[in-house]
Amino acid sequence: MADLSKLYDAILNGETKNAIALTREALEGGSDPLDLVTAYMAPAMDEAGKRFECEEYFVPELMRSAQAMKGSLELIRPRLVASGAEPAGRVVIGTVRGDRHDIGKNLVSSMLEGGGFEVRDLGIDVAPEKFVQAVRDHNPDLVCLSTLLTVTMRSIPLTIQALKDAGVRDRVRVLVGGAPVTEEWALSVGADGYGANAAAAVPLARRMVGKQ
Amino acid sequence: MSMMEQLMAGGPVVTDGAWGTQLYARGLDPGDVPDSWNLSHPDRVEEVGAAYVEAGSQVILTNTLRANRITLATYGLAEKTVEINRAGAAISRRAAAGRARVFASIGSSGRLLVMQEVSEDELFAAFREQAIALAEGGADALLIETMTDLQEACVAVRAAKETGLPVAATMVFDSGKQKDRTMMGVTPERAATELEAAGADVVGANCGVGIAGYVAVCQRMHAATSLPIWIKANAGLPELVDGRTTYRMTATEFASYVPALVEAGASFLGGCCGSGPEFVRAIAAALGSRSAP
Repeated sequence: MADLSKLYDAILNGETKNAIALTREALEGGSDPLDLVTAYMAPAMDEAGKRFECEEYFVPELMRSAQAMKGSLELIRPRLVASGAEPAGRVVIGTVRGDRHDIGKNLVSSMLEGGGFEVRDLGIDVAPEKFVQAVRDHNPDLVCLSTLLTVTMRSIPLTIQALKDAGVRDRVRVLVGGAPVTEEWALSVGADGYGANAAAAVPLARRMVGKQ
Repeated sequence: MSMMEQLMAGGPVVTDGAWGTQLYARGLDPGDVPDSWNLSHPDRVEEVGAAYVEAGSQVILTNTLRANRITLATYGLAEKTVEINRAGAAISRRAAAGRARVFASIGSSGRLLVMQEVSEDELFAAFREQAIALAEGGADALLIETMTDLQEACVAVRAAKETGLPVAATMVFDSGKQKDRTMMGVTPERAATELEAAGADVVGANCGVGIAGYVAVCQRMHAATSLPIWIKANAGLPELVDGRTTYRMTATEFASYVPALVEAGASFLGGCCGSGPEFVRAIAAALGSRSAP
């Protein structure tokens, strides 16, 4: 039986190769895949998020943890799917129309994937009607909208309006983030939630899908 | 006396204000990359530079913040990289009309080394290409700015130094509880030290969450290096008022921080997002009337 606390450490310390090797070893040793996620891997990501919040971790450390988590999850996911387990939630994410900056969006995607969400990334400069189509096609729980530029902030209310006009707004929760955005502003334009940074995205997303 | 010594001989240097917000005010579509206007609307870009010179800028930048090949590729403009940069430097030179120096702007690639989205070699090649084109267009110096990753900033400095022009390098400090770290967690001290080691002639901070916090950042960089310090802060954080993005901080309020910044060791002072010619006028007034180079 593998020492599973090492898997927790590997993810917390962002050691991707190590995390993958330990995961493989654990699965071969007969560990329950869901138990690996809930008892070791997810708590490691939660700790990484906490360290980010108290400034022990910054973006590089957080991303290394997320990448280690992703590596382990790729081994585990097929077994979870086979056992009928659902992802933490389904997410459609993109940078809104007019904005081609994707650093923030990519960081949030990595964190959500690390948090066990199934993420469909629509990319940059995504038109409102593309978000609408993605909601129809993929039936996500969450729609995450990102913008860096102040001049493209208004694409966020326009996208939310498009979801309303198409009659799909009530099927999803809309989460918003980006440098110029504040929580007050996000809620005032009709979003359901706001994340100040990539680490905050995971607890927010979990809360929104009612898993925490 | 070198160009830099000449420039700084009269005390702190007044740089310019924002370009992006000024171009949007002149009709730039939010979906277009501002740098493309160097080719399509050179007259309006020149207007922005000329307005800053008129307001008292001793240094103006160029409309080339995003004009590296990697970023331009996301707009389908990679093949225009050299042309956009040469034009950008030439436009600012015309706007300066011998009354101001042109520090050509080089921004971040938008790709993260830590996520393996780009390699150091790719970054070096892109920044080198941009720097050379800016030098060919007539830039007096280069400004590496709005950098969030110190490693990328140092690559850009080394690439820019290949032109033989003076190089200033500034980073964004907007993270951590005190808003005194870069996105990657780097302190002002470490940024100053490593940028200097990479070959920068001036180091500093730009953009960020407003001017108030940059007084302490300036002080700390000044304590960590003997190089001149460049401070170019935002006019606070933007708010959306009636569907329009608005910066609430006034030029007078902004300039009220000038004495503290000079006290903290700033040698170059200007404004970033949300600031315009009136901010430059207010900074120049706060520094006392001084002659252009």
